[in-house]
Amino acid sequence: MDTRILTTDGLQALVDALHARGFEVMGPVVRDGAIAFGRVRALTDLPAGWGDEQEPGRYRLHRRDDPLLFAFAAGVQSAKPLFFPAQEVLWRVRAGDGEASPTVELTPVAVTAGEAPVAVLGVRSCDLAAIGIQDTVLLRRTYGDAAYALRREGTFVVAVTCSHPADTCFCVSMGTGPRPGAGPGPAAPYDLAMTEVSDELGHRFVVEVGSDRGADLLAELVARGVDAAEARPADRVAADRVVAEATARMGRRLDTDGLKELLYAAAESPVWDEVASRCLACGNCTQVCPTCFCTDVRDVTDLTGGLVERERVWDSCFDAEYSYIHGGSVRASTRSRYRQWLTHKLAAWEDQFGMSGCVGCGRCITWCPAAIDLTAEVAALRDEGGRA
Amino acid sequence: MVRMTIEQYLPHHPFLAGLDEDALALLARCATLVHFAPGEYLFREGEPADAFYVLRTGRVALETRLGTGSQVLDTADADDPGDGVVGWSWLVPPYRWTFDARAVSETSAVSFDGVCLRARCEEDPVLGYALMRRVVGVMSTRLHSARVRLLDLYGGRP
Amino acid sequence: MVPRRFRVASTRRDNHDTLTVQLEPCEGGPLAFAAGQFTMLQVFGVGEVPISISGDPRGSGPLQHTIRDVGSVSHALAFAAPGQVLGVRGPYGTGWEVADGKGGDVVLVAGGIGLAPLRPALLEICAERDDYERVSLLYGARTPSDVLFADDLRSWAEDHRITVEVIVDRGEAGWTGRIGLVTQLIGKVAFGADQRLALVCGPEVMMRHSAVALVARGVEPQRVRLSMERNMKCGVGLCGHCQLRELFLCLDGPVLPFDRLEPLMSRAEL
Repeated sequence: MDTRILTTDGLQALVDALHARGFEVMGPVVRDGAIAFGRVRALTDLPAGWGDEQEPGRYRLHRRDDPLLFAFAAGVQSAKPLFFPAQEVLWRVRAGDGEASPTVELTPVAVTAGEAPVAVLGVRSCDLAAIGIQDTVLLRRTYGDAAYALRREGTFVVAVTCSHPADTCFCVSMGTGPRPGAGPGPAAPYDLAMTEVSDELGHRFVVEVGSDRGADLLAELVARGVDAAEARPADRVAADRVVAEATARMGRRLDTDGLKELLYAAAESPVWDEVASRCLACGNCTQVCPTCFCTDVRDVTDLTGGLVERERVWDSCFDAEYSYIHGGSVRASTRSRYRQWLTHKLAAWEDQFGMSGCVGCGRCITWCPAAIDLTAEVAALRDEGGRA
Repeated sequence: MVRMTIEQYLPHHPFLAGLDEDALALLARCATLVHFAPGEYLFREGEPADAFYVLRTGRVALETRLGTGSQVLDTADADDPGDGVVGWSWLVPPYRWTFDARAVSETSAVSFDGVCLRARCEEDPVLGYALMRRVVGVMSTRLHSARVRLLDLYGGRP
Repeated sequence: MVPRRFRVASTRRDNHDTLTVQLEPCEGGPLAFAAGQFTMLQVFGVGEVPISISGDPRGSGPLQHTIRDVGSVSHALAFAAPGQVLGVRGPYGTGWEVADGKGGDVVLVAGGIGLAPLRPALLEICAERDDYERVSLLYGARTPSDVLFADDLRSWAEDHRITVEVIVDRGEAGWTGRIGLVTQLIGKVAFGADQRLALVCGPEVMMRHSAVALVARGVEPQRVRLSMERNMKCGVGLCGHCQLRELFLCLDGPVLPFDRLEPLMSRAEL
């Protein structure tokens, strides 16, 4: 199937077709003054006419004077929680009478019971790359994450070109955008990828096909008489222009040249002390990061002690308990925890998974209450390394 | 064991290895052979530190008396590499032993007279320096051991 | 991530704070493991901790874990009543691969509870003792009453030609053994063969000092193996907690060669 053009009505038909196929469609919606993932039944659920302003430690929505549906940058969360919830029960134990009972019944919890497969609408390029990274981290391992595998299996992904990057964005530096699947970085396969265009030829979506399922869905729309004409050269040029303009508007850049070696060599740098004087070790950066995967487990018991649930929850390397071994924490200082986070994300990740752990979405910058900017910290380490 | 004179034995002990013949001959003039049965004291806390022991065989425990009995602080073994010696108070004023030293097993040693050793070192600073370097080596090993044991690593510190 | 159910068969007290728990599977066969591997052991409703297996890797007897009673979970494990059902995940991680030492000398250096993870390797050596040249066990403990596996130590020395040297931090009345650091003993190991393998398990400082001393005695850094401890939560490299820079110690370790660890151990709080 060739690249097609959908109108807004065509996009609504696409959403309807996904619902008809049994998908729960999740897309960007305005909630509590921010853009987050929510259920999408109609295009009116999408943030039409909303834009965002992001800078270190600041996020605001504002009204736009155009009808664009995807004219904003990275929302408060990536698609990560859809496949990797912040809290889930792994298994439960029912004991006959008390914990010493020999009649312990162990039940793995069927994670997808009652959950419809998810179609994610409007996954921007950075978050698409993040899905690819998470797939590597959680699936292509000695022991994969079964719950994640079940949720990811059958997910339908409709990606979108990021047309309005924020001041905090640097996907171009990371090779993950602004066009979905662009650049040398890791990219998750998408089923369909669209670029929203609004010019003298009208408001429309240039839709590219990434998989057989995507082609099949588009073919179904065409067969049903939905207006989905083949893209003309002018449409492609318009889409390319959106990409070029977004690339030019990228708010930040990160020099990735020799980054692993730089960070490994900088383990004792005074820059970490300087960051630590500002860092609150709150862990916000890890909670909004689309690739952070650390988790903790805890046993939750009912009042009788007869039912025990093993819960897995997101954890953060900024937490003091995170590195606790008998006798104390391995990383007692904020300095060492920030170093761990940044070094893991930008350097050790390469050794572990053959890629960077950063997609350049800028969320860790936006949502840091102390406005710490990792691109600035890397630059400081580079300057300091150059002086040494 | 083949009987050796003190002068013949001294170069074989790792503590003295590397000293030249003249130095060893000087030192031998301060030395006597001594033997201790298990439980026998080499010296007691507070007594004049008039000797330095180079262990040939056996094990010696350094102890201190607590209100509730004795506590062993350290041991020296004849086969401790580069060590196997007991006592440095002969070198440091006021030349009094700070701990008890007791033979744990059958122990034989070369005992050097402290006053004699000090006199040789004063007369011959080259010999004095050579000896001092060896004693400092022993002190460094023991201090390292004491410091690391202060960490109480097996008590649970990561 | 779902544990197997094991039942406590019996518990043996090893010293004032350490016990060995023997487990039988509630269903299925015994747990096959390699010397040096660990399991995630849990008391339902209390929690889960990583514990090295201390039993015989070739035996079909009960699954053994030697546990120091230092926290809420380890306390509940150590004092689990016979018949109580515990959860076991694993075995996980890399093993000692002690068979690499065949045809040469093997030195095992243990500190404190670190003797427990080395015990399976020692039992493996004893079973094929003639395949090895000189074997030494250097074991540092806090006090004489902390010394673990006294019967084993005697048997390894008397029945299996293993040179066993015990050294303690502090003496007690009647102690005629050595006092000092286990690293001091490395200097006096009698090597007979050119090919040498060293296995080290204990607190990180002790392992670092031991490794340096072993290298100084001519053991190649890649043949000095250490068992690293970090906060292992999942055991399979997914939860992130046990990372040491690029290593997931539960998956890439816990047993790793010193040449790999040296640059990472020389930085504080890494």
